[in-house]
Amino acid sequence: MHKNKTNKVLDSKLDSVSIALKRSIKNLDSYTHVRGESLYVDDINIRQGTFHAVVFDSPKAHGKIKRIDYSKAEALEGVERIFTYKDIPGENEIGGIIPDEPLFAEDEVHFWGMPIALIVAESEFIARKARQLIAIEIEELPVITTAKEAKAKGNFINAPRSFSLGDTEKAFQDCKYVFEGETFSNGQEHLYIEAQGAYAEPLENGNIKITSSTQGPTSVQKTIAHVLGIAMHKIEVDVTRLGGGFGGKEDQATPWAVMAALATYHLNQSVKLILNRHDDLRMTGKRHPYESTYKIGLSKDLKILAYQTEFLQNSGAAADLSPAIAERTLFHATNSYYVPNVTTKVISCKTNLPPNTAFRGFGGPQGMFVIESAIAKAAHEIGVSTRQIQEVNLLDENDTFSYGQIAKKVEAKNTWNSAKNIFNSEALEQDVKDFNKNNKAFKKGLAFMPITFGISFTNTPMNHARALVHIYLDGSIGISTAAVEMGQGVNTKMMQIAADVFSVSIEKIKIESTNTTRVANTSPSAASSTADLNGKATLMACNSLLERLKTVASQDLNVSESSICLKDECVYVNDKKSELLWTALISSAMLKRVALSENAHYATPEIHFDKTKEKGHPFAYHVYGTAITTTTIDCIRGTYEFDYVKIVHDYGKSMSEGIDLGQVEGALIQGIGWMTMEEIAYNKDGKLLSNALSTYKIPDIFSVPKIVEVIPVETEGNDMAILKSKAVGEPPLMYGIGAYFALQNAIKAFNSKYELEFHAPMTPEKVLMSLYKK
Amino acid sequence: MTTFILNNKIIKTPEHSGITLLDFVRYQQRLTGTKIGCREGDCGACTVLVGTLTNDTMKYQSITSCISPLGNSHGKHIVTVEGTNLKNKLTIAQEAMKANYATQCGFCTPGFVVALTGFALSNSENNYSNAIDAISGNICRCTGYKAIEKAAHQVVKKLESQEKNSFKWLIENEFIPEYFKNIPQRLKDIDVKDLNQPKGKYVSGGTDLYVQQADHLADNDVYLIAEKHYLKGITIENKTCTIGTNATVSDLWNHTELNSILPNLRQHLKLVSSEHIRNMASIGGNLVNASPIGDMTIFFLALNSNITITNEDQKERTILLKNFYQDYKKFDLKTGELIKNIHFKLPNKCSFFNFEKVCKRTHLDIASVNSAIHISIEKETILEAHISIGGVSAIPKYLHKTSDFLIGKPLTLETILEANKMLQKEITPISDVRGKSDYKRLLARQLFFAHFMELFPNNFTLNDFVKHA
Repeated sequence: MHKNKTNKVLDSKLDSVSIALKRSIKNLDSYTHVRGESLYVDDINIRQGTFHAVVFDSPKAHGKIKRIDYSKAEALEGVERIFTYKDIPGENEIGGIIPDEPLFAEDEVHFWGMPIALIVAESEFIARKARQLIAIEIEELPVITTAKEAKAKGNFINAPRSFSLGDTEKAFQDCKYVFEGETFSNGQEHLYIEAQGAYAEPLENGNIKITSSTQGPTSVQKTIAHVLGIAMHKIEVDVTRLGGGFGGKEDQATPWAVMAALATYHLNQSVKLILNRHDDLRMTGKRHPYESTYKIGLSKDLKILAYQTEFLQNSGAAADLSPAIAERTLFHATNSYYVPNVTTKVISCKTNLPPNTAFRGFGGPQGMFVIESAIAKAAHEIGVSTRQIQEVNLLDENDTFSYGQIAKKVEAKNTWNSAKNIFNSEALEQDVKDFNKNNKAFKKGLAFMPITFGISFTNTPMNHARALVHIYLDGSIGISTAAVEMGQGVNTKMMQIAADVFSVSIEKIKIESTNTTRVANTSPSAASSTADLNGKATLMACNSLLERLKTVASQDLNVSESSICLKDECVYVNDKKSELLWTALISSAMLKRVALSENAHYATPEIHFDKTKEKGHPFAYHVYGTAITTTTIDCIRGTYEFDYVKIVHDYGKSMSEGIDLGQVEGALIQGIGWMTMEEIAYNKDGKLLSNALSTYKIPDIFSVPKIVEVIPVETEGNDMAILKSKAVGEPPLMYGIGAYFALQNAIKAFNSKYELEFHAPMTPEKVLMSLYKK
Repeated sequence: MTTFILNNKIIKTPEHSGITLLDFVRYQQRLTGTKIGCREGDCGACTVLVGTLTNDTMKYQSITSCISPLGNSHGKHIVTVEGTNLKNKLTIAQEAMKANYATQCGFCTPGFVVALTGFALSNSENNYSNAIDAISGNICRCTGYKAIEKAAHQVVKKLESQEKNSFKWLIENEFIPEYFKNIPQRLKDIDVKDLNQPKGKYVSGGTDLYVQQADHLADNDVYLIAEKHYLKGITIENKTCTIGTNATVSDLWNHTELNSILPNLRQHLKLVSSEHIRNMASIGGNLVNASPIGDMTIFFLALNSNITITNEDQKERTILLKNFYQDYKKFDLKTGELIKNIHFKLPNKCSFFNFEKVCKRTHLDIASVNSAIHISIEKETILEAHISIGGVSAIPKYLHKTSDFLIGKPLTLETILEANKMLQKEITPISDVRGKSDYKRLLARQLFFAHFMELFPNNFTLNDFVKHA
């Protein structure tokens, strides 16, 4: 009976999801996407005489440049000029957080793929040919590729950070069980299908316009100004859209834009620089690999009393965003669990890899992997299921995070229990047990993965955005914000907000490109916050315009303002349709000389964080959820499939179920990729071995779970989220961590001698070796 | 002059036939819907359709334009995403992608749309599995594919009442634009002559050459052989199968008789790259690529195939494939020589064939280890055995000793365990990006066992091997 009831619950939930999907607004960019008419950097019409550029980069990971001979390359027909650090009029410095990264190497190279020069030629083909003709001599210096080596040699990016709550040392003494261990999680290549690129055009008076595939237009603008030694207002950055970003274009879209601008500055000609895939893979940073140690202490009833961990972050050769990423690792080190005594420490280690950078989750996933490993280890040693430990430690209302924020409107237990009930997890677990009893050549494993993810830039001053809304005199609307569209559907969400406020059809609204001359001094589109920040600003701007229009309408119709509302492109008075149409209302406003443009500024209220105390309230709110993942391993071949991932996710009140589901599914698969097949490999000389799509594999259509079910948890939503629709970009990535532990459980079912190792990704190689390890 | 129809437009171009079709459509024709993702056939963002006219009917196949020489378009109809667009509405494939939220950043989307349109145009049976195969060469980093699966379902559903491969039906039902109906006649009318080609590097499908040396080929003479009829075709006569060097992997896939002789053929070939690549990749190309891990090479080694080699004077010689490979990327082919065909004796009632491949990602990936076996059994005794294995040696390896050892032995667990010891001595795996050497050794053993578990499931189980190995 119980089982039937649950199935019914699931069916009706799935029905309502599919109804919501059908009703929900489609991604409004999809019309041009499917016709191949959307314009990315490499698609925009270029000016006559445009030059094309290719980057010459270091063929060694560490060393002193003894000699470079450009003469043959310069002599090649069609080569216009080769630029090096010597051609930089301002500062040869592009570091965002710490000024430790030159645009072009001067005397030393610090990673394989470090830019040294820019070859500008009539075609990309000629520039590539010229690159082959450059001779370089490097006196090699010792190469460090791992965080551990860097730590041993004292190579750090900055001072370590540490959070603490309670008294960890004392608490360990009260624990019945204490376990220690090590974990490793590898990096991850973003693999946006559109590679990095920029197009620079000279304007009059030495001004330059850049079209860049960047998540951070302001940072591109600021860095170009800095490198060229000119004022920011001389640089206009425009972003049409991105063919994927995932964090990889937050900071690392900048150098290419700067190089194109530098060449344009000197040549007074347009210059296009689009990286080819191999160059992109070799020259850009990735998700940070982490080597970590943990110590976990539990009471006899499995309560985690104390948790201590040290994260070694492999930051690469320069800071990039590493310090901020390291910080977020600490924020999420205890994931969805309340632990009263916590000491966490993160060390950003300087190595000779390309500077590692933002990637969806921004250090959070690396932190969560460690505590999930610690719990898995404890469960294995104690002889209970991991789920039991996870369950009794879930975060509750008013619990304190290690950084001092008090947890409010917590949905950790709600999503967990909902997942158990809706999906009937007992039956799922029983199915796995039965299967394993009856099969030798195939084994199944199941894992729960709860997530808790904080929303806001953890650097409080970055939590702001602006929107510029124009109503044109024909009643059409143009909206500019700081939001960069990269597939997450933010354009659609902005349109929805305006359409909702003015009650006009979507066709009346256009979302403009993201441009620094229309919306200035912006934060990057990142931290899952883009829709919240820019949506709130758009909402404010639209509301101000609405108020003005109501005044106009009340004058025209001679009624009170409070009786007026707009509905379906018409003015309603006391809910009755008047003869005043939207277009007439706008004409009237024009005649009355009412401003039909509005610029609004939004800054997230309430949040703060004191880095000297490492305490505060850094997040506007948290996103919660629980995933159940089941895998089947082929024990002959070591290959595996995922039978299903069943998720209860906290969307708040989703403003577009279709777009938000797409974010959950996409993030989940990226997370699974990180945990399973995506394996970054450098050799000991610091050369990238996984340097092409033939050697770095991301999930394809056959490797995704057969079933992905995502059920929204019913919540009140949160006023800090735009229209109570919670941020959804990053959090679901961490459901993918469940894949690792599901695989581990399946291996355990085959090989009782298997000693748990926490070394991600769990490739078919590791699976097979673990299956047959004696 | 390379002459072809690009979407709705006749192209006559003096452009070097060795540049990629991708560069031509994007930068010379400004059809920017065809995207650049990887330039090695591994992402599908540049997918286009190639329509070939045979006997008055058009046959369309998807390819990745990044590793296809422009000259291979000669006499064809090339369709980019723009060429599928209707005037003011979406096609069925486009609408399916939109309605199911199957597009996010949009960069991979045209590739999926083109591939799904290609599926509607193709001869393959209308079912979901074939629709997915049609987009197996398309990578999406945003959606996680679940929405794309829904889109594929929607396309399959819309095709349910289709009269097979009918332009009329597809045009009426908004799968393709109107101009398609005149394409066969227009192709006939453009009067395509053989390309006048200089001497240069032989290129067939180009799927490997253009990954390795696209710039070089764009800058030097190439001699395209993909359309040479004497190098094409699959024939089965006198219990021997002969496959022309230009036959593609898809030609094998589509060959009815071969599929009945090797009933698991499609299952095996599905492990070989993606449909887009299978549509281009030639068997001969795979053989002379000489990759120690070449899937088709391993496949044909176990069939104990012969290859016939021809030189510029049309003189022919035939050698066993297993004697063709000498050392890493070294093989018995002189300048001016070309593999003409490959031929092998068909498996019979008492002989069994199996192919195994394991890689990081099951599909569209290069193997860590692959292996094939062809074994004849009579009265539980092994009469003949040919075993090949890739990824564990400098060459695609025919296991001479292991194969010989098995002959005359009873088909028992002991025999197989003993043979594995032999196999382990014959292989010399190295550690690289596809796996450490000890993994490859273990995997070689597992795949060797897997052959027997697959072919004789009643005789052998994993338990038997695990207990004794």
